[in-house]
Amino acid sequence: MTGSGRLSRWSLRYVALGYLAMLLILPIGVILVRTFDEGVGAVVDAITTPDALHALRLTLLTVIIAVPLNTIFGVACALIMVRGKMRGKSIINALIDVPFAVSPVVVGLALILVYGEGGWFGADLAAIGIQVIFSTPGIVMAVIFVSLPFVARETIPVLQEVGDDQEKAAETLGASSWQIFWKITLPSIRWGVSYGVVLTTARALGEFGAVTIVSGRISGETETLPLFVQKQFETFNSVGAYSASLVLALLALATLLALNLMRRKEN
Amino acid sequence: MSGEAQTVNPVAPPTGKPTRAGIRLPGVGESLNKGLVVTYLGLIVLLPLAAIATKAFEDGFGGFWDAVSSPQAFAALKLTVIASLIVVVINAIMGTLIAWVLVRDEFRGKGFVNSVIDLPFALPTIVASLTLLVVYGKDSPVGINIAFTQTAVVVALLFVTLPFVVRAVQPLLLSLDRDMESAAESLGAGKVRIFWRIIFPNLAPGIATGVALAFARALGEFGSLVLISGNVPFKTEVSSVFIRGQIESDNLVGASAVSVVLLATSLLLLACVTLAQRWGLRHDR
Repeated sequence: MTGSGRLSRWSLRYVALGYLAMLLILPIGVILVRTFDEGVGAVVDAITTPDALHALRLTLLTVIIAVPLNTIFGVACALIMVRGKMRGKSIINALIDVPFAVSPVVVGLALILVYGEGGWFGADLAAIGIQVIFSTPGIVMAVIFVSLPFVARETIPVLQEVGDDQEKAAETLGASSWQIFWKITLPSIRWGVSYGVVLTTARALGEFGAVTIVSGRISGETETLPLFVQKQFETFNSVGAYSASLVLALLALATLLALNLMRRKEN
Repeated sequence: MSGEAQTVNPVAPPTGKPTRAGIRLPGVGESLNKGLVVTYLGLIVLLPLAAIATKAFEDGFGGFWDAVSSPQAFAALKLTVIASLIVVVINAIMGTLIAWVLVRDEFRGKGFVNSVIDLPFALPTIVASLTLLVVYGKDSPVGINIAFTQTAVVVALLFVTLPFVVRAVQPLLLSLDRDMESAAESLGAGKVRIFWRIIFPNLAPGIATGVALAFARALGEFGSLVLISGNVPFKTEVSSVFIRGQIESDNLVGASAVSVVLLATSLLLLACVTLAQRWGLRHDR
């Protein structure tokens, strides 16, 4: 390699790494240090207050409801997109991606217009005692909306790649649709599905915009962990905000590790 | 992948007993599936969006137009579009550069850098906002204070959209045949010429896809801006923040009108990406 070639390679490398350092590494590093400014005890205290624990529980509850529903939907969707032979597939294909194109705030607004007071079904649901907006169902629906496409998007290409030879073979040997699905199809697409599940979980854990609109942000009632972060920051409890952020960041880190492990398994 | 599937034993329908396959009506599973998918999509995606479109035009087109063209709404839309444009231009350049370094360069810690790229997708947006505010706010440890400025809006958007172009360009760069470059070099082409004539045209579809996705994301972004932008009307208030303000002051028609503008723009972009990908596939065959 010539001298100028090496120089240009180095400058490219350090421009790229410098950009990443300023945008990603430095901010994450600083917040880690700041969180422990007042010691580990303060962090533990901050994330074990009743409101913090309630926020954590509510966040996990939404994840436990939203992720399985979106997983079933995503796999079903991938199956009909790849194996199905009906018309209208391109419409479904376009619709799956819509949540990626919608601002979280708009998602929240849409849910208010349908299920809120004065909304399309708000009064009817209230009459039978179901409150969606400013309550857990609204939060769950917002989270389902924003994390809808991941499983389908990750599973479709894998399903295309594995082909249907084994499924056909199983069918000629007399296996039922359910047997084929559980014993052939699902095992062969499991990494794609898992990848999608991890992405769905990450999004569901961290969703802020849509939830902030529909939840009403009542501490100890409709506050998820990301909303708790904002509330603590706005009430000048920076240790609380940083500590809750740390919990969320650690969950993000776990997500990242899981993604990397799966990518390695795939190859 | 297919090797793993073979570990599963696909055989042995029990003999003698009638299997479920024997009485299976062809296509029942598929239509059940389709019903499930269509209902789910309809209830969760279409119904709420229909409500927004209806609300936006509740007072006719005049009402929609008044809401969208009010000075504050227009200022927010203008800031959103301009900031998003700046962000995708920087993303196109830096994203391609980062992908290049990750594919063609060798250095220690490359695996770490590669996995860190996805962090903005994994990290909750409110944490991103807080993090950026701590580093680039008034007590900045590096002495850079951009809190509550339009620069902060751009930086926050750069953070959340970082992975799009990198992840779209990387696979293209990996599959790029290096023989073409050596051939061009041996014929006397300079580095700049090789880049523009050979490398760039091959990466362009990936850059375009990444840019479109990043633009759609930037248009609607909310969480990462909440703390660091300050949400000052006419200065740092983006459209999503404006919409929240309108919801809180119970002007749902105004909120819906601006939402429709954002939605239409993003959906148009997504449609372009889909068409471009389909065109690219046809090109490959």
